Amino acid sequence: MIARRLAHRASPLWLAALVHRLSGLALAAFLPLHFLTLGLAIEGEAQLEGFLRWSDRPIVKLSETVLVFLLVIHILGGLRLLVLENFAWLDGQQRLALLAAAVSAVVAFGFLASVF
Amino acid sequence: MNVRFYVWQRLTAALMVPLMLVHLAIIFYATQKGLSAADILARTRGSIAWAVFYGAFVAAAAVHAPIGLRTVLAEWTPLRARARDLAAVAFGILLLVLGLRAVAAVALP
Repeated sequence: MIARRLAHRASPLWLAALVHRLSGLALAAFLPLHFLTLGLAIEGEAQLEGFLRWSDRPIVKLSETVLVFLLVIHILGGLRLLVLENFAWLDGQQRLALLAAAVSAVVAFGFLASVF
Repeated sequence: MNVRFYVWQRLTAALMVPLMLVHLAIIFYATQKGLSAADILARTRGSIAWAVFYGAFVAAAAVHAPIGLRTVLAEWTPLRARARDLAAVAFGILLLVLGLRAVAAVALP
């Protein structure tokens, strides 16, 4: 009974919906911190520069890479939904979701390569 | 989610797609050279175009994110409707205030 109720969770599209939700939550949590950081420029260029130099640490760069991955996968997952809801049905939704993940990984690795 | 929230979430999503792509391009451009406050502020300070660009971005995000948060709170937490709605509105105001403050910080001459 429970197995039947949870069977849909094996679907890549259920996973895509979960990833879209979790990436959205992570980005929402990050946004206030991002805004606070940029707001340091109110106190002067030196304050912002000080934070940017602190953020040169590898662990911060890795965290930024994860954020870029989450941002791209959230954009592409959202685009898939917009197309799905507003245009003629496209077959291969699972492939599109997989493509979104693959493109996100490529962009994130590109970011990683550009910051190190 | 009611229809009004659904439409606003989709509209802001559609608006943010091109903004996000430009933002991503800037992230890559800026980080490749090595981020510096001087470079960022030289690009943005006194620029009406960047102020409008990031102002629109902040406004769209401040609508989009709370609607998503409201849905997650409704489906994943036992919060009552009123508490859930208050949390979403408070988060939207927080994003709007901090976001516009950040835009002012980097765009005002």
